[in-house]
Amino acid sequence: MSKDNQGDLWEVFIQPKAGRPHKHVGSLHAYDKEMAMKSARDLYTRRQEGVGIWIVKAEEIISSQAADAESFFDPADDKIYRHPTFYELPDGIKHI
Amino acid sequence: MMEDSKKLEEFQAKIDADVKIEPKDWMPEKYRQNLIRQISQHAHSEIIGMQPEGNWLTRAPSLRSKKILMAKIQDEAGHGLYLYCAAETLGVKREQFLKWLHDGVAKYSSVFNYPTLSWADIGAIGWLVDGAAIVNQVSLQGTSYGPYSRAMVKICKEESFHQRQGYEIIVNLANGTKEQKQMAQDALDRWWWPSIMMFGPHDADSAHSNQSLKWKIKRESNDELRQRYIDKTIHQGEHLGLTFPDENLKWNDKTKHYDYSPIDWDEFWNVVKGNGPGNKARLAHHTKAHNDGAWVREAAIAFQEKQKLKSKIA
Repeated sequence: MSKDNQGDLWEVFIQPKAGRPHKHVGSLHAYDKEMAMKSARDLYTRRQEGVGIWIVKAEEIISSQAADAESFFDPADDKIYRHPTFYELPDGIKHI
Repeated sequence: MMEDSKKLEEFQAKIDADVKIEPKDWMPEKYRQNLIRQISQHAHSEIIGMQPEGNWLTRAPSLRSKKILMAKIQDEAGHGLYLYCAAETLGVKREQFLKWLHDGVAKYSSVFNYPTLSWADIGAIGWLVDGAAIVNQVSLQGTSYGPYSRAMVKICKEESFHQRQGYEIIVNLANGTKEQKQMAQDALDRWWWPSIMMFGPHDADSAHSNQSLKWKIKRESNDELRQRYIDKTIHQGEHLGLTFPDENLKWNDKTKHYDYSPIDWDEFWNVVKGNGPGNKARLAHHTKAHNDGAWVREAAIAFQEKQKLKSKIA
């Protein structure tokens, strides 16, 4: 192992407030979980940006392929009846 | 080849429609190379930029100014790390970026090769150098590469405190004793031209500019950004009774911009080529810090290996 090795790449997600979803903010290098967590705090919450942090090793993330996006997401294309705007309502009908 | 030209067409269509390019999307090799060069150069600048400021950390005139300077330098480290991560999404490892820096293959902003001779220089760096950097970075928020753009948005949010802390130092000195005001003037005299040169060569002489604009890696040209910086900075100095070291600097009512003297490009290229006052020291310091830290990385890797072994046994 080279002495220049900078450790694994980890992706960082911050929860801005209680009740809000965690959002991806960036990545960092660390050799283990503890270091990743401390670095994430120092790197991504220097101005009280969050109340929670999730960290995951970049290599563990399973991602859809951008090149296949068209065919992969195709099943939703012809199902516009899943949207409320698909339906016609009689004039004057409210609260629905 | 046919397929490549079709891909290139689709790529340019995305760029023209302001759709961001993401790491796994197809991109021309030259686009990738341009980004690798520009983002890593930007990252190196943030990291090397910590040195001239660190020079005054132990000599800051008050606990308040010391705490603030420390926070600013920590931010620069953070900005460097955001940018290295953005650059790494292009398929180059962090180790490689550092090696290119140490081997002199990669550049960083030449402005950090000038020395910080007095406390007023810390003010001038925040006010002028960060001020110029902000003009550039605000524009780069709209860059076409997603990870770079997102890093820029984060950096811009944090950077405006840097410029204000620098300007505050200059304000205090300018309103102080005669000697203190002279310190502020002296810092302005030395940092004004290097800050103007931060925007790089004129558009006509800029090697990568046209292609970078077409691909929206850059959104505005060097000269446009430089003019914006000059236009917004002059009143900040004049308000304090300071004089800019350029006898041809004056408002042009026709162009609605300031006119300024020709830039001394010999000085610029001399520093870019490594002959500035601080080039050797800056690089030597960074290389030494990196090599001195080798045992920490080795210990961390050994610990990591041990943890992996443990989890296998369990």
